Amino acid sequence: MNKLMIWYGELITGKKLFKRGLFFLTPGMLWLIFFLVLPGLILVLVSFASRGAYGQLIWEFSLENYKRLLGFGIFGWTPDYILILWRSVWVALVTTVLSVLLSYPLCFYIARKPERTRYLWLTIVIIPFWTNMVIRTYAWFLILAPDMLPAKIAAFFNFIEPGMPLYPSAFAVYLGMVSMFLPFVALPLFSSIERLDWTLVEAAQDLYASNTRVFKHAILPQTLPGLSVGIILTLVPAMGMFVVPDLLGGAKYMLVGNLIQQQFGSSRDWAFGAAISMSLMVLTMYSLYLYKRRNKDINLL
Amino acid sequence: MKGLYLEGINKTYGKIKAVQNISQEIHSGEFFTLLGPSGCGKTTLLRMIAGLELQDSGKIILEGEDITALPAIKRQINTVFQNYALFPHLNVFENVAFGLRSRKIPGPEVDKRVKKTLDMLELGQMSTRYPHQLSGGQNQRVALSRALVNEPKILLLDEPMSALDAKLRAQVQVELRRLQQKLGQTFILVTHDQDEALVVSDRIAVMKDGKIIQFGTPTEVYEYPRNKFVAEFLGTANLIEGTYRNGQFHSDLGIFELEKPPEWEKGLIAIRPEWIKISDTKPEKNAVRAKVTEMIYRGTNLDIWLSPGPIRIRTSTYKDIKLGDEVWLDMAPKEIVVLYE
Repeated sequence: MNKLMIWYGELITGKKLFKRGLFFLTPGMLWLIFFLVLPGLILVLVSFASRGAYGQLIWEFSLENYKRLLGFGIFGWTPDYILILWRSVWVALVTTVLSVLLSYPLCFYIARKPERTRYLWLTIVIIPFWTNMVIRTYAWFLILAPDMLPAKIAAFFNFIEPGMPLYPSAFAVYLGMVSMFLPFVALPLFSSIERLDWTLVEAAQDLYASNTRVFKHAILPQTLPGLSVGIILTLVPAMGMFVVPDLLGGAKYMLVGNLIQQQFGSSRDWAFGAAISMSLMVLTMYSLYLYKRRNKDINLL
Repeated sequence: MKGLYLEGINKTYGKIKAVQNISQEIHSGEFFTLLGPSGCGKTTLLRMIAGLELQDSGKIILEGEDITALPAIKRQINTVFQNYALFPHLNVFENVAFGLRSRKIPGPEVDKRVKKTLDMLELGQMSTRYPHQLSGGQNQRVALSRALVNEPKILLLDEPMSALDAKLRAQVQVELRRLQQKLGQTFILVTHDQDEALVVSDRIAVMKDGKIIQFGTPTEVYEYPRNKFVAEFLGTANLIEGTYRNGQFHSDLGIFELEKPPEWEKGLIAIRPEWIKISDTKPEKNAVRAKVTEMIYRGTNLDIWLSPGPIRIRTSTYKDIKLGDEVWLDMAPKEIVVLYE
């Protein structure tokens, strides 16, 4: 430990280096322990407790919360909660797929712009980030209102009754979700597309490749690093999203995020809320695991 | 109608004329080289033949068929790219099979053809490796296999050796020449390396500023350079300025006799360093008395600078010469080349 060594050009002893590392690491580690690891563990414990008559926690070990989540209630089995969980996964998947499909053409368009205007375009993509999420969602209310063009067009084609707004609906939820998460996919994807080696595309063309083959072998592998970051940044938070579905979906489109929020809020059933949170966490981990298994080269963490 | 015909090809980028009115015939089965410094338009011309760049005007005719309007994926022409452009996520076998799979050739035939090509280029053992696991020379052979497996009517090579070290490059040049002769296929090579061009080519076109300024066999181009640029770009040359009158060439170095009278009165003649002989006695014709000012030992030969001039000569290392020696130089009339504009 006390032997002299050269550390990237600096002459130092092992002991000093260890101390220095500890000094830099400790604050971050403490932060993570107190605000992530401990609350997480508490959440696990709470999920096995139960709710008292006044909403307080009763520290008695039971699997009741998980049974309830699976649909076994006092009135027999209902798939309500499982349906909500499944719907959340579905909405997250659709949001991610739509964001990816929209991001590719967007990124190619921006990457082909001359350098001077390119960053202006990127700024336009980022601007929504600077606005509060709730405000952005309320803005959709305005756009989807009965007197605005989208609702009128929808009414004209008999999708909705005339004089009705386009929300709350599944369509409005997707609209809100995609607009929320598009920059999360577009920005990392753009950094990959900007550095794209076009000679691979030319090589594929030279070797008689169809357009799908060009994309699959010359573009996709090169953009995969950015794409996978974008997918993870979208899929994970989209699963637990509650503001957008709450406002734009209302009671018609409840997602697991709303359910959790309800338990910790109005229902005052922390124990059940903790159990749902745990299941969401497991679900997220499992989807990431599946995703990683399918794409072995990708580093998730 | 065999071979490739380029008819009046033009290409401009903004104000830069990359390729100017090039018409050239490339015979079927020949190794043709476009040689020139960077920015001379040789790569642009190659990319237009491949279909990766569109010419402003002109026609490209391959085996009697006008392919001017065909995109790259419909041209029976394949390219070896400068950085090889191998697909990093595919192994050697799949990289080579790429073109065949694109054309939906049945699996067993793909296997057969890829194996045959890989064996021919001694890559049989490498078929399951990925490009990042191979050396530069191996990757270059993979790129070559990937193009050749499609049995193209023309193989284009865009500076394929620029990423190899000097020794390997010399070896690969000879191998490439042998391969082309064995296959009897048309190869078009783009290079800025004059040694490479001389070693591999049947014919060389020397390009400058978007124009072909001389073409011919390596011997023709090297031994009879048409102008100053070609004389200096291929190898080295002693250029002597002077005037031609009364059947003799008069210069600061002396009076020379030429084999063929030039068509100008004032101009340049050239003589390659290795064509000048050192002699102890005064030669009958074209004798120059000079003093050794600098010597560079190169192993296989000795480069000597002499004044006046300076004149460069290249000779075997066994010549017993010291700095400051005064010698007679024999510049025989048949060794002197008359240059034009």
